[in-house]
Amino acid sequence: MSGSRDLILARVRRALADVPPDDTPYEQAFERPYLREHGHRSVAETVDLLAENLADYRALVHRCTAGELAATIARLLAERGSAAVSVPTGLDPRWLAATEVTQVPDSAANTPAELDRVDSVVTACAVAIAETGTIVLDGGPDQGRRRITLVPDHHICVVRVPDQVVSSVPQGLERVDPARPLTWISGPSATSDIELDRVEGVHGPRTLEVVLVSGE
Amino acid sequence: MSGGTFVGMPAFPKAAHEAVHNQTLRGNLRHATHTIRAKRANAVAEVSDWAELREAGKQIKDHTLRHLDRYLVQLEESVTAAGGTVHWAADADEANRIVTYLVKATGESEVVKVKSMATQEIGLNEALEAEGINAYETDLAELIVQLGKDRPSHILVPAIHRNRGEIREIFTREMSEWGRPAPEGLTDTPAELADAARLHLREKFLRAKVGVSGANFMVAETGTLVVVESEGNGRMCLTLPETLISVVGIEKIVPTWQDLEVFLQTLPRSSTAERMNPYTSTWTGTTDEDGPQSFHLVLIDNGRTDTLADEVGRQALRCIRCSACLNVCPVYERAGGHAYGSVYPGPIGAILSPQLRGIDNEIDASLPYASSLCGACYDVCPVAIDIPEVLVHLRERVVQGGAVTREGAKVVLKPAKGHAAERAAMRAARWAFSHPGALRTGQRMASRTRRFHPRSLPGPGKAWSETRSLPAVPAEPFRDWWQRTQGGKDTSK
Ligand code: SF4
Repeated sequence: MSGSRDLILARVRRALADVPPDDTPYEQAFERPYLREHGHRSVAETVDLLAENLADYRALVHRCTAGELAATIARLLAERGSAAVSVPTGLDPRWLAATEVTQVPDSAANTPAELDRVDSVVTACAVAIAETGTIVLDGGPDQGRRRITLVPDHHICVVRVPDQVVSSVPQGLERVDPARPLTWISGPSATSDIELDRVEGVHGPRTLEVVLVSGE
Repeated sequence: MSGGTFVGMPAFPKAAHEAVHNQTLRGNLRHATHTIRAKRANAVAEVSDWAELREAGKQIKDHTLRHLDRYLVQLEESVTAAGGTVHWAADADEANRIVTYLVKATGESEVVKVKSMATQEIGLNEALEAEGINAYETDLAELIVQLGKDRPSHILVPAIHRNRGEIREIFTREMSEWGRPAPEGLTDTPAELADAARLHLREKFLRAKVGVSGANFMVAETGTLVVVESEGNGRMCLTLPETLISVVGIEKIVPTWQDLEVFLQTLPRSSTAERMNPYTSTWTGTTDEDGPQSFHLVLIDNGRTDTLADEVGRQALRCIRCSACLNVCPVYERAGGHAYGSVYPGPIGAILSPQLRGIDNEIDASLPYASSLCGACYDVCPVAIDIPEVLVHLRERVVQGGAVTREGAKVVLKPAKGHAAERAAMRAARWAFSHPGALRTGQRMASRTRRFHPRSLPGPGKAWSETRSLPAVPAEPFRDWWQRTQGGKDTSK
């Protein structure tokens, strides 16, 4: 295949014969005149905006203090009628201290079919973006493999506020490591493919609950 | 050239003529394009720096294209360092051979696919099928298209030409052929139809060993690939299988991780009119015990370097496939995506397909005429591709002939025969393009009513229209355009 590699690169170079060899380098090639964030907000207002935008995209948003978190998670699992919950290996065990639901630790050995029999998943996140209502998972120990937040139909994601919240997409990108596999989630799975009617959930979790937890 | 998945299509004028007489198609398309158009306006109005984001997007992409050789080599290095394998394919046949070989090497005979225009462009599904490999489309709309033995008609919502009744009928009839049948007593509510698709496809996801995807972006600096989607079928294909094969055009590079900050803001708002699409996945090579353990990137040329060689036409390679230009195009709205005879419909298709495939056949020679040159496509484009400029440039090629690059070699096209009228029109258009003032007041403001429509909207729409994103009223009604350009000579009815 290296034949085609050289062929394509040679074609590219020939196609760019009009580009002077001393053409401006990347750093000076263009400016970034756009904003780092949109509007001025206090820290509390940024968290409010996150909550508002998450809800606008049909995530269910809850707020509580660190002391109330275990009870909140237990209540959400009970309301859902979950029998089994998938748990990342590095999740703070206190978060699930108040629930009786069977815990299935995230493991490479679990097959997708086994995961399909799990009702819910509880994870932390890497960062949350207020302007777009997005939570970003980076596969860290408290978030687990990408598939555990995909196959179960119910995802409870805990965001520590305000320290895990940024305003904008540029600030969010800065906070995550591109070497890690990232999943950006804005609301539950959705489709508008049938006459543009929005329907929640085709393949991903149909219910996304975000718990904004304050204090430690 | 190979990979022509639409061989046998009639040229645009004939196909469009037929589509315009299809009431259902027109109704569905009109509803869809108008709905998305209105929502998009709001999404764009929310960001006060839209004009700056658009300019940055244009400049980043232009810079990348001007140094594409350097960024391709850098990308190859970083993907390899992250544990992936890079393959290069000069044309569709080679890309299909590579993917077929990679799938066969796993010993599997089925793959799950994320919606990808690149794989449609090369006709991958058909090539795999010929080798005994079933490729399942997993995007809901693509599933509807595939089960309906149909062609996609829109970049973003490929089954936009189908209504709920037709979809129910397709599911009931076809699902059992391919796996889990549609539930008994399936109604035509979108929620029930989506649920039927969920069950049907889940069975495939859970056993799939090989996934095939495209990518919206590739980051040269880090070797990261990005897929933007809504349903989660992308995440399924990117994380559950053991082997992942991504087929991506060489133009989809951005230099740095930071550059994504521009496109992750402009793509969702332009495309689905959302602040952010429900899911974005990024992956850099392979990760221990999380997702596929074997990752192949197939970089395809298939006419892209020929497009790059055209100094006017190369801007088409900036396209991020948001589909905003389709939704504002008066010709697309009436003719539908199928009329373009290519996987790239609408205004972008009218400039990209003839460049990727050459304008030496009837379909491609007719595509640069599939436009009223009203300029709405340019106004909405988040990377500011001047589609009308390229259309006029390509019309000139069709009519007058001239030097073009085909498969890396310079060839001289002969002028098309029987285009005397167009030749005259071309002279006028060339004059207008060398007199930009005349062009603005003339071509783009030529409609009899258009001057009475405000260019700037009151209230919340103001910020948006001030960035020139207002989908202007067509400069000329489609019917008039039709009469003037093609209607007279192609009236088959
Ligand atoms: S040409 Fe511009 S508006 Fe059209 S799909 Fe491409 S990026 Fe979007």
